[in-house]
Amino acid sequence: MRFSIYRYNPDVDEKPRMQDYDIALEPTDRMLLDALVRIKAHDDSLAFRRSCREGVCGSDGMNINGRNGLACVTKLAELRDPVVIRPLPGLPVIRDLIVDMSQFFKQYQSVKPYVINNDPPPEKERTQSPADREELDGLYECILCACCSTSCPSFWWNPDKFVGPAGLLQAYRFIADTRDQATNERLDNLEDPYRLFRCHTIMNCVEVCPKGLNPTRAIGKIKELLVKRTV
Amino acid sequence: MQLPVRSFDAVIVGGGGSGLRTALELSQAELKVAVLSKVFPTRSHTVAAQGGVAASLGNVEEDNWHWHMYDTVKGSDYLGDQDAIEFMCRKANEVVYELEHFGMPFDRLPDGKIYQRPFGGQTRNYGERMVPRSCAAADRTGHAMLHTLYQANLKAHTQFFIEWMALELVRGADGTVLGVTALEMETGEVMMLQAKATVLATGGAGRIYAASTNAFINTGDGLGMAARAGIPLEDMEFWQFHPTGVAGAGVLITEGVRGEGGYLLNKDGERFMERYAPNAKDLASRDVVSRAMATEIKEGRGAGKEADSILLKLDHLGEEVINKRLPGIREIARKFANVDPVKDPIPVVPTCHYQMGGIPTNYNGQVVVPKDGDAETVVEGLYAVGECACVSVHGANRLGTNSLLDLLVFGKAAGEQVIRDLNEDGRLHKSLPKDADALTLQRLARLDGQKNGERVSDVGAEMRRIMQLHCGVFRFPELLAEGVRKLKEVAGRAGRTEIKDKSKTFNTARVEALELDNLIETAVASLVSAEARKESRGSHDRADCPERDDEKWLKHTLWYKDGDRLEYKPVHRKPLSVEPFEPKARVY
Amino acid sequence: MVRREVVGAHYGLRDWLAQRITAVVMVIYTLLLVLALAIAPAVDFLHWSTLWKMPVMRYATVLFLLCVYYHAWIGVRDIVMDYVKDAGLRLTLYVIVIGALVCYAVWSIQILWGF
Repeated sequence: MRFSIYRYNPDVDEKPRMQDYDIALEPTDRMLLDALVRIKAHDDSLAFRRSCREGVCGSDGMNINGRNGLACVTKLAELRDPVVIRPLPGLPVIRDLIVDMSQFFKQYQSVKPYVINNDPPPEKERTQSPADREELDGLYECILCACCSTSCPSFWWNPDKFVGPAGLLQAYRFIADTRDQATNERLDNLEDPYRLFRCHTIMNCVEVCPKGLNPTRAIGKIKELLVKRTV
Repeated sequence: MQLPVRSFDAVIVGGGGSGLRTALELSQAELKVAVLSKVFPTRSHTVAAQGGVAASLGNVEEDNWHWHMYDTVKGSDYLGDQDAIEFMCRKANEVVYELEHFGMPFDRLPDGKIYQRPFGGQTRNYGERMVPRSCAAADRTGHAMLHTLYQANLKAHTQFFIEWMALELVRGADGTVLGVTALEMETGEVMMLQAKATVLATGGAGRIYAASTNAFINTGDGLGMAARAGIPLEDMEFWQFHPTGVAGAGVLITEGVRGEGGYLLNKDGERFMERYAPNAKDLASRDVVSRAMATEIKEGRGAGKEADSILLKLDHLGEEVINKRLPGIREIARKFANVDPVKDPIPVVPTCHYQMGGIPTNYNGQVVVPKDGDAETVVEGLYAVGECACVSVHGANRLGTNSLLDLLVFGKAAGEQVIRDLNEDGRLHKSLPKDADALTLQRLARLDGQKNGERVSDVGAEMRRIMQLHCGVFRFPELLAEGVRKLKEVAGRAGRTEIKDKSKTFNTARVEALELDNLIETAVASLVSAEARKESRGSHDRADCPERDDEKWLKHTLWYKDGDRLEYKPVHRKPLSVEPFEPKARVY
Repeated sequence: MVRREVVGAHYGLRDWLAQRITAVVMVIYTLLLVLALAIAPAVDFLHWSTLWKMPVMRYATVLFLLCVYYHAWIGVRDIVMDYVKDAGLRLTLYVIVIGALVCYAVWSIQILWGF
């Protein structure tokens, strides 16, 4: 199978290039990550991030045949040959398939992704009904792989100001948590033409999320709350 | 010394569950903390834990820590230190409630309390029957926990050094640990991080096996660093094989599947665990289930074309329960086994999962080594928590859900100990020895200068093959001895690895070569310790000595890199406050 | 030089809501207009000018056009926000767009009441 991979090492390359690899795959190579590991065994200069290899850590987000996804859960059998692999779009490339994610994490951190509750903690757990807990489903599962935000044109244009789908999904995760008491501050933090309202419901985020989450719906819920608060 | 120096109150090596729990304690005490992590913290391997965290909350049924303690001691095949086990089980409720207060999205019971499910080996009334003790967030408990702990650290303004790999421990002339040297991957710069307290939280080294549920990053870096710094590794022969790794892929399928009512079948459709563990059946302890499965396969009752796997049936739970309680499992089965568990069973095999051994510590997280006749002298300035540490609460076999508990309890305890230590003597930074960076620079120079060397991937593959073949679920004296010989040969080759790429920016080839050194230390420690232990206990099962031998072997192994020698130290049989549990035959 | 990101203008909801409401108004008006033309016996100058002499038609059209201009303002501003990074240039463009839209509004009224 042929892989055409984006290569750039600032130490030696003047500008990025695409490099082709023809690799004989073994029957045990089922996912794209298996192929990348095999390529790396031949050419140790190829750099990419990887860790859990089962789609829960979010390390190996990349652009595969034009679509963002995780290499470890992308089946080789379902890929068009040749496979064109590029780093996640819209973020600065450090080297090869490794991008600088600081901008992405900065946006995540800007929504205060933790429960704020100023009551003294009870002796046991804070109770929450199963129905209230269900509100968090589809939100807390995010793995911060950045596939969504880096497929969002609004994030491409304003990565410094637009929170992006991943950050907004987490913003809503804490708004939706019955244990959190900071809903108003959270809404204040988001009510801004850039931070929240750059979302134009393009829905690329929903299309690519490897965990099947729906940031657009979460963003809609935030807007709904803002409307409720105003009218 | 050539390296630039930065100074902190505490340096924590590792950003997984245990490291983050310790960091939180220290940040909240307003110490100057640096957390080093090879990966962004939420990518650490804690994220892959599925089933839950054990605590005798008694939310579903009556429960208490005495029963939990008994189960853990029995699960450890009596090799666990009973003082540490009592400490952990007593603290369990507190740390789980705390985690809930941080925002952990636990599943809930109708009354709003934390949901609990049964898990292997967790029983009521000292083995009477199974009890729901595992506090769970669907089958993503580790993910939910790791993200919650990271978020709590954001709130506490912990300072992270992300994509930094620690290379060596630095010790003073008196043996005090003074910090670590570390490589910043993005720039390729190496630095000396000086600390009054150094906490190793580097996780396990499950990647020494060919078939492993572990992430690529689980390369035993802390173990390698400790071994090279003259600190022994404890009980490294005990490796847990998780009964249900997806056949071929190695990806973990939680024991929670069986906790929710799933069970194992051989090719004849027989629920064979009824024969091996009539009482606990599929929820017997992991070593017992894995051995039963391996026996079924060995005796020709395995399923699949090659008759080399066992079937995990859960379709009878119904789509609703599977989607609600085991959604991640359904996703994994579809992707990695090509089956939808709502309809078909998942083919599974016992797969290397957890390292019970590690860096010897007491229950306050302080690293302890034998010195001048005292089996447990504290190494000043060094602490270890989580899977890389051997407290020892898991002994010869860990119970499911006790690992997440371990990292919470001992992560916190180590943090508290560091605070006590730093407050007590108001410790100043001790001066660094002149040759503090010598070993680090020498290793890097060797790697960069190597000509006609070995390929890192080849040496690694050979090591994994040897461990898989010679040190698996069933162990045989000749295979172990041959394995030791072969592995030493591979260790020699690992000293001659060569990387083609010598550039500085994010050189993952260099990182992998450095990781291989740590893997090799761990593998040698494991195989040498296993070869020497002539009994069968917990996960260590020897064909020539099929019985547990408490008279000779109720003791902890200590492996020293220096001279490749073994020592032993006694097990703590006396708990903190209750009567000891005396060893007896272990049946489930 | 420190590059300070300034966000937190605390508006956006009203515009976002207005864009949706104006869109609804435009859809309703368009449907009514199509209906009016469909039921008209013939579309010639006589019928056409009778239709536009009805005050209700004139006011509805003014409302519709104001909605168009407001909707357009928000849309164009969104595009400018995405692509024009320089604050000075952005403000200039805003002034031009607002100026143009106000002119169109005046012009529209002139046309409707001017025959």
